[in-house]
Amino acid sequence: MTTDVVIVGAGPAGMAAAIELRALGLSVLVADEQPAPGGQVWRGVERNNATRLAGALGTDYARGEALVRRFRDCGADYRPETQVWQVEEGWKVFLNQGGKASVATARAVLLATGAQERPVPFEGWTLPGVMTVGAAQIMLKSGGFMPQGPVWLRGAGPLPLLYAQQILALGGRIDGIIDTSAPANRAQALRHLPRALRDWRSLAKGARWMRELRRSGIRMVKGVSEVRAEGDERLTHVTWVEDGQPQRAPAALLLTHEGVIPSVHATLSLGCAHDWNAGQRYLAPRLDTWGETTRGGLFVAGDGAGIGGVDAAVARGGLAALGIARRLGDEVDGDKRAAFEADLSRALATRPFLDALYPAPEGRIPDGLMVCRCEEVTAGRIREAAREGAPDPNQVKAATRAGMGPCQGRQCGYTVSRLIAEEHGIEAGHAGFFNIRPPLKPITLGALAALELPEEAE
Amino acid sequence: MTFDALVIGGGLHGLSAALQAARRGMKVALVERDFLGRHASGATAAGVRTLGRDPAELPLSLEAAETWHVMEELVGDSCGFHATGQVQVAEDEAAMEKLRARVEGLQARGMSHEELIGANELKSLVPAMTGPCVGAAWTPRDGAADPHVTIRAFRTAALAAGVEMHEQCAVTGLSRREGTWIVTTSKGAFEAPVVINAAGAWSAEIARLAGDPLRLGLKHSMMIVTERASRVVAPVISAMGRRLSFKQTDAGTLLIGGGVQGRIHDDGQSAVVDFAALALALDTTRRLFPWTEGLRIVRTWAGMEATTDNHLPIIGFSNRAEGLIHDFGFSGHGFQLVPSVGRVVAELAAEGHTETDLSAFDPARIELERDAA
Repeated sequence: MTTDVVIVGAGPAGMAAAIELRALGLSVLVADEQPAPGGQVWRGVERNNATRLAGALGTDYARGEALVRRFRDCGADYRPETQVWQVEEGWKVFLNQGGKASVATARAVLLATGAQERPVPFEGWTLPGVMTVGAAQIMLKSGGFMPQGPVWLRGAGPLPLLYAQQILALGGRIDGIIDTSAPANRAQALRHLPRALRDWRSLAKGARWMRELRRSGIRMVKGVSEVRAEGDERLTHVTWVEDGQPQRAPAALLLTHEGVIPSVHATLSLGCAHDWNAGQRYLAPRLDTWGETTRGGLFVAGDGAGIGGVDAAVARGGLAALGIARRLGDEVDGDKRAAFEADLSRALATRPFLDALYPAPEGRIPDGLMVCRCEEVTAGRIREAAREGAPDPNQVKAATRAGMGPCQGRQCGYTVSRLIAEEHGIEAGHAGFFNIRPPLKPITLGALAALELPEEAE
Repeated sequence: MTFDALVIGGGLHGLSAALQAARRGMKVALVERDFLGRHASGATAAGVRTLGRDPAELPLSLEAAETWHVMEELVGDSCGFHATGQVQVAEDEAAMEKLRARVEGLQARGMSHEELIGANELKSLVPAMTGPCVGAAWTPRDGAADPHVTIRAFRTAALAAGVEMHEQCAVTGLSRREGTWIVTTSKGAFEAPVVINAAGAWSAEIARLAGDPLRLGLKHSMMIVTERASRVVAPVISAMGRRLSFKQTDAGTLLIGGGVQGRIHDDGQSAVVDFAALALALDTTRRLFPWTEGLRIVRTWAGMEATTDNHLPIIGFSNRAEGLIHDFGFSGHGFQLVPSVGRVVAELAAEGHTETDLSAFDPARIELERDAA
């Protein structure tokens, strides 16, 4: 099948782009892994808005339904529960719909694949009973899952605060929150406050969450070190050191979060240029003002373009749609462009403030710590392999198997690069990243063998 | 920097030649453009195979086979080699007839490394192979190794033998002056009377820089790695007349290849996977191992390797550039030959000659007119 544009992901950016492209008269195929549109932020919004979850998830969640409805009505060929397992220049997008593999060809591709939570290994992070806040929130949105206690949160960033607030609103219980952000960051962040005030509503929202959490009686722990998850078969306790004193609390569930980072596997595998965000320690594809990568015809919008949140994602989706239409030969409506750019600028106003408040954690990773969960490779083993050769993650991967498992390096990639940079005394980010080997998502042998090919490829 | 020999290329053949030349008392340096084992040596299935070898390669292959069984003596490590055997199955009588002719031919020349087995014996050897076969050729002393452990072992041994190694060091020019090669690189100039060209896919480029233009093709064989499988397949499996190489690694994952070709990347310096071609090449796997259907593919890749007109490597002195030894063109089956070819090349470097017959590997057959380059 051939369409003008294939969009990967039906979150805010993908939906906004599809709506805009359809309005411009272009044919659009949207492939998304979830059963319904909305992405992570608005996951299940159509269903949940009709239930008691709606009030607790907040108005920022509920408002997603309006965009979902417009997307459903826009006339795009929407493919739910469809994995994109490979993208090849030309453009070919390889789909897997319920074990059936096929290829869609397009004149342009928009990656709106969003972000993933930043994996930060700490002692005990692989124990059953330890998971990410994002995963717990997905379970809340898709099945109304309420955490069963004692429940602890550990980490930094807005998401743990939002999640705790949502659980409280549903009558659930959180026993404690361990804030791992450094107090010194606050002074840094204040410098960015004037710009952030352009979006004072978001700041006020954050302040309200903090107030409500403090009032709720949840134990708030700050300025601590050596946070660990303990237990033999599964998590039983969370421990930390506070003012030089070891502390210990019973825990059945420890939810962690250290910020989010763009999904870059697809753009890395296609050889697009990327830039290193030193403060947040992530790679993001180098994009022009339309969201086009250094590979002509390949666009990125949403958090995959650099973390910006939901409103930035919608604005970037609109801009990318205009950019794609422009590449395919249409004239751009200047007013529309200006409106999307203004939206984007406002949405990004709080970003420098948040980035300074919650930089990527820097603590030393102990040698004994498991960094690659799939292949069970420790930090010590990675350091040893890094010292033995050139500062290249691929060499360390070859020597240790770190990054060779089913997650394809999504969990250990940045940690491996960081350990290599430390061992070689080079700047973080200069060690590069694993070469991304296809497929982007695992596919079965049977599905690949039965791949339906477009005629010219056979 | 002056050396007795300079090796260009940090793949396994370069490492083996460097190690064995240093063991002969030579002062050796090795330069590698990327990092050790970046291309074919890191992309190989690491089959240790005498099975089905071209007769011209058999003397070197049988010599290497002996070394693989005592690899600790050469590099202080087994290189993850397990003598699980290799099996080449015949799916029908016509294929079996070809195997029979080959094995009988070998036996007539006094070589007994390959044996014929029937369907029942094959079944007990590989119970997890449930597809129909009429028989197989079988080499019990063959097997497979771990490519990354092998690279590391050769590197460690070469360093211990005194080889000086420079990674991320790209060759930019070669010139000959008064019996010495001056090799300019991104990390300075090296001087040595002998240069060993073990640059794999880039060997023709090195030869051209040295004034010896050669006709060399490229190969981009693709490999598939699956998640860990619950069944056990001990030997390495291939099939007569089919593109298949199937083995289980120590980690339990399946490694499936067999020479299906990927494509060269736009940059001309690496290879990319062609899923359309890969999809069409899984038929034999599905026939012989139907239970693999539901296994997830976690990784695929395509290697970069030099290939020659008749798939035999180029080993020996250049006919037109004095002091240049060629050591490349293994055409996708050079892994097993690493110990013996390193021995021959080191002998050439140190003594200037060897007793081993290299006539089948003479570069003359791929020489281009100098003007043409």
